[in-house]
Amino acid sequence: MAGAILTVKNLNVAFDGEEVIKDLTFEVQERETLIILGPNGAGKTTLLRTLIGLNPYSGEIFWNTRRINYLPPQELVQRKGLLPLSVGEFFGFKKVSSEKVSNIFLDVGLDPSLLRRRFGAVSTGQFQRMLIAWALVDQPKVLLFDEPTSGIDIGGQETIYSLLHRFWRDWDLTILLVTHDLNVVWEHASNVLCLNKKSVCYGEPREVITPKTLEEIYGTGIKFYEHKHK
Amino acid sequence: MAVIIALFLGGAAGYLGTLMLSQRMALVAGPLGHLTLPGIALALIFHFDVSLGAFPFVILGVFFIWLFEMNTKLPMEALTAVVFATGVAITFLFLPEEKTVPALIGDISQINFPATLGSVILSGGVFLVTKRIYPEMALAGISEDLAKAQRINVKRNHFLYLLCIALIVALGVRIVGGLLTAALMAIPACTARNLSVNLVQYSYRGFFFGSLSCILGMVVFQFTNLPIGPLIVIASAILFLISLFFRR
Repeated sequence: MAGAILTVKNLNVAFDGEEVIKDLTFEVQERETLIILGPNGAGKTTLLRTLIGLNPYSGEIFWNTRRINYLPPQELVQRKGLLPLSVGEFFGFKKVSSEKVSNIFLDVGLDPSLLRRRFGAVSTGQFQRMLIAWALVDQPKVLLFDEPTSGIDIGGQETIYSLLHRFWRDWDLTILLVTHDLNVVWEHASNVLCLNKKSVCYGEPREVITPKTLEEIYGTGIKFYEHKHK
Repeated sequence: MAVIIALFLGGAAGYLGTLMLSQRMALVAGPLGHLTLPGIALALIFHFDVSLGAFPFVILGVFFIWLFEMNTKLPMEALTAVVFATGVAITFLFLPEEKTVPALIGDISQINFPATLGSVILSGGVFLVTKRIYPEMALAGISEDLAKAQRINVKRNHFLYLLCIALIVALGVRIVGGLLTAALMAIPACTARNLSVNLVQYSYRGFFFGSLSCILGMVVFQFTNLPIGPLIVIASAILFLISLFFRR
């Protein structure tokens, strides 16, 4: 029976005296997909980084596993002006067998011959799949993704989310994901955490995503249409 | 003994230099060499080993650069300019004129057995430490968050890396002086960069070209008796120019 894999109580994060996250409490169960939604500056990236110990905080964060991998937004991963590094050598930083690397490449829909290519000398879509492969190759239990489709076109975005969904289903993963995209919330989220420095809503999307909560998150002027189709 | 130093010190410097390019610290290497000048000056005046004089000043200079960076948020390149210019100015207030040349471009006559042994051991240590932190620093260069998420101690590695630079600069002043130590690290790395398609090739070719530059400089010195520091740097620059024709 799945239990809580992450428990957060009264989390506060401040930088230079400015509160970025205030009194946040929530729990994530195993095999859950929690989507963190909010406007720019809401503290979504800060939350993910704090959960893996990259920021100082007050309050409690308890993980029931150490097998956690994190991917920052793609635009924060350097692709140019680097050492002459091959994709294979990038995966070598993980200290896993070459067989595992080849297998994960096939799983994410990439040709293993890409391992010989220069790191960064791949398309944006391939680069994001490669980062996802990197996050998965050592078989974590939890994945933290910060805007995994930034810089990718709409078709590519759907592919990335379908890929993540497949791994979530087949590998019994727990996923925490930051996005601006409400479609992703409806299609993939077990629960949604709406953030604007503090928790605005938390729960199942159908229950908590209402025009009122969206207005509270994003401010006035939000129109909300639910498109029903087969 | 000079050849032994060339192999170890030149190689370690070139290997470390390959990491400097990725950390965008190639421009910092020159000023760090200049920071050694007050220490070299003191060593020449009071007749002790120039490396012993150089090392504490490099460390002091790195400390001040770090301190100013923490408090001013100015870029490191600007702060390095402030610190090294001040160091050079202070040096020329008390350095005797006849000691200027050995201070700036080195003096191979200073090399004796204890200096050689010390250089070999410390260069070997720098190589091993750099090898240990190399993959972690390469990953941090791609994304510091990715590295920290892998539980890599980025601050500790950065400190070890700066310490290695300080050691190589302090050791290098014996043969190339305070003016040219940067070239020991930066030029072989640039040569290796032109000829490499992956990290393993790049790092070990940096070692190779670092050693080769020093050996070629010493060979020419034997026949010409010109100052060895500039000869090493010119040899390194020629190798870099040749590498442009074989760029990969």
